[in-house]
Amino acid sequence: MPDTIISNSNAAHSRSGVFNLRRRATLLGLAAGTFVVATRLSSPAFAQEKNYGGDAMPGGLKDDPRVFLSIAENGTVTLLCNRAEMGQGIRTGWAMVVADELEADIGRLKVQQAPGDEARYGNQNTDGSRSMRHHFNPLRRIAAAARLMLEQEAAARWNVPVTEVKAANHEVVHAASGRRLAFGALAAGAAARPVPSQQMLVFKTPDRYRYIGRPEMQLVDNVDITTGAALYGIDARPEGLVYAVIARPPVFGGKVKSFDAAETMKVPGVLKVVSIDGPPIPSVFQPLGGIAVVAENTFAAIKGRSRLSIQWDDGPNGTYDSAAYRKTLEEAASAPGLVVRNDGDVDAALKGAAQRMEATYYLPHLAQAPMEPPTATAHVTADRAEVWTSVQAPEAVRTDLSKRFNLKLDQVVVHPLLLGGGFGRKSKPDFATEAAILSKAMEGRPVKLTFTREDDLQHSFFHTVSVERLEAGVDAAGKPVAWLHRTVAPTIFSTFAPDPGHEAPFELAMGAVDNPFAIPNFRVENPAAKAHTRIGWFRSVSNIPHAFAIQSFSAEMAAKLKRDPKDYLLELIGPDRLIDAGAMSDKWLYGEDPKLYPFDTGRLRRVVETAAKEAGWGRSLPAGHGLGIAAHRSFVSYAAVVVEATVNARGELAIPRVDIAFDCGAVVSPDRVRSQLEGAVVQGVSLATVGEISFKNGRPEQTNFDGYELTRIDAAPAEIRTHLVNTTSFDKPMGGVGEPGVPPVAPALANAIFAACGRRIRSLPIRNQLAPKT
Amino acid sequence: MSTFTVNGKSHKFDGDPETPLLWYLRDVAALTGTKFGCGQALCGACTIHVDGAAVRSCQTRVGDVEGAAIITIEGLSTDGMHPVQVAWRELNVAQCGYCQSGQIMQAVSLLKDTPKPTDADIDGAMSGNICRCGAYPRIRAAIKRAAGRT
Repeated sequence: MPDTIISNSNAAHSRSGVFNLRRRATLLGLAAGTFVVATRLSSPAFAQEKNYGGDAMPGGLKDDPRVFLSIAENGTVTLLCNRAEMGQGIRTGWAMVVADELEADIGRLKVQQAPGDEARYGNQNTDGSRSMRHHFNPLRRIAAAARLMLEQEAAARWNVPVTEVKAANHEVVHAASGRRLAFGALAAGAAARPVPSQQMLVFKTPDRYRYIGRPEMQLVDNVDITTGAALYGIDARPEGLVYAVIARPPVFGGKVKSFDAAETMKVPGVLKVVSIDGPPIPSVFQPLGGIAVVAENTFAAIKGRSRLSIQWDDGPNGTYDSAAYRKTLEEAASAPGLVVRNDGDVDAALKGAAQRMEATYYLPHLAQAPMEPPTATAHVTADRAEVWTSVQAPEAVRTDLSKRFNLKLDQVVVHPLLLGGGFGRKSKPDFATEAAILSKAMEGRPVKLTFTREDDLQHSFFHTVSVERLEAGVDAAGKPVAWLHRTVAPTIFSTFAPDPGHEAPFELAMGAVDNPFAIPNFRVENPAAKAHTRIGWFRSVSNIPHAFAIQSFSAEMAAKLKRDPKDYLLELIGPDRLIDAGAMSDKWLYGEDPKLYPFDTGRLRRVVETAAKEAGWGRSLPAGHGLGIAAHRSFVSYAAVVVEATVNARGELAIPRVDIAFDCGAVVSPDRVRSQLEGAVVQGVSLATVGEISFKNGRPEQTNFDGYELTRIDAAPAEIRTHLVNTTSFDKPMGGVGEPGVPPVAPALANAIFAACGRRIRSLPIRNQLAPKT
Repeated sequence: MSTFTVNGKSHKFDGDPETPLLWYLRDVAALTGTKFGCGQALCGACTIHVDGAAVRSCQTRVGDVEGAAIITIEGLSTDGMHPVQVAWRELNVAQCGYCQSGQIMQAVSLLKDTPKPTDADIDGAMSGNICRCGAYPRIRAAIKRAAGRT
């Protein structure tokens, strides 16, 4: 399991990917000539590439066309997608890249989901907004190699030089003689040819792309989704299937003291009650333990569970109370803490400042709450474990089950199905292990384990809870001279290792330290905080609290100085420049190469300016309306949001319009990037207005969507306008898409509310804070 | 014993009459297009049509649908060409797609009752259906696109 956590936080661990890739490259290279390989291995660019990005992930990047592509005699091209599809549209994006570079007709290309196998397919851990930015080039190599193999086969058959033939729209053409052969007719011969070395590959230039960058591409799963035929993890139905739910300890770290299942066994359809041991803490991805009920259908299992009588031992987290914990965090934020970035002399600059400002912000725990709750179907026999599930990290399932059941990795087969949303929850496959334990207990019958919504909200890997305290000093002209940010939040790392009490480098580098503001005296501190529940990734992760605080505070400073918030934000960002991650004490940079991904303040400024221009910043608005702006870089992409909000006399909030400007570099599928941004805006509004998991007596107080509210269509922004910047810069490294739209939404909304009615939101969710004070 | 039709075919169930239609459809009848989301009629993912009306199958007991005609997403059209399905595809509404069976069934019901819905009509009819991916702007646009074609 450490593999997976470290892949998210620290590239240094995953060198094994480097060696795998080098070895394979050498083998291929020997076929093409050792000289070329030697040159390539000694190139500094090559060595550098392997320490960062996709190559540094466990399993690395694979680009063997024989692994990923097959072409049938009838011409159907099948592409194996090794990334989980959870709504980000990666299956469609991959199809667009491969069809384009292969010169295939995308209508004759099918996408299949690769089984879990990182040794074969490369890294499959679908998180961190990496699936296109890491795989665009490997996919092009796969497709360009296959195209060349088809061209070589055609040239050989016609006995002409390969330079005279060309693949175009699913066939290879010899222009001089007018001869043509369809991909299907060439496939068998082409597949028998050696895979060309990378040096032989010629890539299409962006001006010749016919799918990449096109806005009107249909989703590859559109027909299945709209007809109910799409198969999600919850839809697996192997022969002989039985169904299960589990009563888990209501408090994290709790255990079953005793239980009585007599009434449960009387429920028609109940087959078996199984006790599952709880894990020690830190529990990583292990199931929480509890009492499982296995039945002939899901309802019988749920009904049977409701008849269980269980006495729990709550353990040390039984007193966790989020209202009290908020005070603990606020106290921690009021005193100095571990210094994690320190430029200049903040204390002296604050003392000498003409004006000082200070504000403290609070953001609660959240649950990812994908519409498809965690679920898995497992079939475990003496020498094999087979799992059908919707999981972001299939290899994590394989390694967990191989350890638990003492199986070799290749005896654990994971079939990733579509995810009905993930948002980070399905990076942690505790549910797959539960299903496997139950299948084993059922003596090899396949078992489908379903989290009810109550289970999902009570047993999430919760988004952290944070207090962010900001203090700034400005000179007589209002120019910022000092910045002190104290961020306090229990760390995700506590789920994987003894709680260090401090945010991990990857959490701090989600907006807190990698803050580009042009302020000479700049300090970030991280006072200690201990976790009392299971903390995990939630879409955009620590960028959410950091961006909310920084971008709200920027607008508060502007208001105090009577400056336009957009202009003042641009002044804080400062002039166009490239900032090295190290210069900001950013030790993570999303696992990317600092040389390839400097913080480009020019790009941040451009999205601010674009969002402002498109939103009509400065336009006159009716009474009770206001515009707010916020910007944030995360997952090496740049986003800025302008929200138009209205607050009426009753304190009711409405959002007529949101403009979001986005620069992730080159865009493969504009439609999917836009849909991710639209979704990010809605999710940002949701967490800002109604999202909260609170704890009392160690238990989450919310049990379903009546308590844990999510934004619905009537409260969603009436209009969301997306503005893509720099979409054709294919010569530059790509940025992430799935997550970076979320962080600026909540602060832009809070800033818009301030502009609309003068009320400053420093604590989320907003809920009824705008109600008139009586 | 409860007898009813699902997508035109007759079904009989002699199990626990309290069983919600949702779990009958998914676990017994193998019609997995209808999705589980909350089990409490709070999210709309399980929406189906019972005698032409959109209902939450998680709160509809098999024992209560004796003689009813039930339509699920699989039976909405024989060829996937219902105008609402077509509009959903034309606008690439889906992100993860999981809630879309329920959204589509709810939208079909809305358009049957209100062929030219206003934004307020859409809010009223669709606010029981949660989309965690936040595809609401496209859901709204697709309903308007399908309006007049149904």
